[in-house]
Amino acid sequence: MKQLSQRLFGPLTLTAMGVNLVLGLWIVPPDKVQGELARLVYIHPSVAWVALYVSFGTAAISSALYLWKRTRSVVMDRVAHCAMEVSVVFIALTLITGSIWGRPAWGVWWVWDARLTSSAILGVLALGYLALRRANDDPQLRARRSAVFGVLIAINVPIIHFSVQWWKTLHQGATVFTSNRTLLIHGIQAWTLLISFIAFTMLFFWILRYRYRLEVLRENIAGASLEEALSARRREGAQS
Amino acid sequence: MIRTALLVCAKDLRIEMRSRVLLWQVLPFGVMALLLCGIALGPARAGNSSAGPGLFYLVTLLVALLMINRSQSVEKTPGTKASVATLGLDPAGVFLGKSLALASELWVTGVILLAGSVLVLHTSLHGAILALPSVIVTLAALAVAGTLYGALTSGGDGAATLLPVLALPAFAPLLIAGERSFSAALHHGGIWRWWLILSVALVVYSAIGILLYGVLEES
Repeated sequence: MKQLSQRLFGPLTLTAMGVNLVLGLWIVPPDKVQGELARLVYIHPSVAWVALYVSFGTAAISSALYLWKRTRSVVMDRVAHCAMEVSVVFIALTLITGSIWGRPAWGVWWVWDARLTSSAILGVLALGYLALRRANDDPQLRARRSAVFGVLIAINVPIIHFSVQWWKTLHQGATVFTSNRTLLIHGIQAWTLLISFIAFTMLFFWILRYRYRLEVLRENIAGASLEEALSARRREGAQS
Repeated sequence: MIRTALLVCAKDLRIEMRSRVLLWQVLPFGVMALLLCGIALGPARAGNSSAGPGLFYLVTLLVALLMINRSQSVEKTPGTKASVATLGLDPAGVFLGKSLALASELWVTGVILLAGSVLVLHTSLHGAILALPSVIVTLAALAVAGTLYGALTSGGDGAATLLPVLALPAFAPLLIAGERSFSAALHHGGIWRWWLILSVALVVYSAIGILLYGVLEES
């Protein structure tokens, strides 16, 4: 059953992405004001959702669970690492798709907007997390430090979330819901947006699963290489 | 915990008093960086610049990085970590002590750099005095966060280069809040909102440090 659900997850993700693409690019009518440009709304918010909340949430929760002695395990460390690596890709996509929208809408590729700047800072922090992992050879020390840093980075996520309210700069505020939870998008636009959120969330977990498997394989190969080198040294010692 | 904090703080400050690294290395660097900011702005704008608060905090951040590295390097002497472990000192106390020592050093540096920005960048003296309480809170938050980041990067490969990569983006919100509160003090604006953000940052970083510093020091 578990095997079957794992096998089905990939095709389901691809189907959801395909449906999102068809609906977003062809079926949903263009916007009255922004025309075809508004189609980016079926990519950019969902990519940002994955980058800021899903991937960082996964990394922060796994890091916190690693720091808690009762749940400390190498699995938590691996999940945090892999989620952070995937989040770097999604943050980059968020900034790129945002810039593609910003150029025709604002006239520039980049503005010193609070949301944009804080998102870029989060991207640098995620890269810093990966640099921190590379700087420590001892697996336990690396895992502990990365976990602390993973929790520390998470402080920036609420700053980014509320940046549009605190600073009131160029980036628009809430798009889907108003502050009193009233839906701002209706009909096929709302459904397509919902599908895009689901599709990109599934895509994140699909990539995460493969990245995790890759990490396990990498660790096994590193362990096997070390074992092989030790055996070779032992053989050399026995011969001499 | 408080007793340990005071002990560690006194130890770090005593090392600083004896080595005079702050006086002979860090402060000259800070003054030079402030002068370079003036040179970069040009003579026409350097003396009449609204960028004064931002430049003050930028220089303070650069100086803080040096001091954080210094604060961690005093623990690298062979046997220090083992001694701390043998003594059974409370890690939360060690964290608070190191933060307090770093904050004290940053306060001294901050006051000198503030005087320098009044002199070199022509920041209003009255505004700088009004901004002093917010500078003290900002530097305390920087010290607490810096101690955490210093411990995160200490000992590994390229620790000195890793610290700016990790700490500078994390310090950015503190820099923004500090600069805004300084600017608000200069223009007699409301500074309470920025004070609140800085105080929250100070409390959050202190709480995380108290909880997690022990994990970083585990061997």
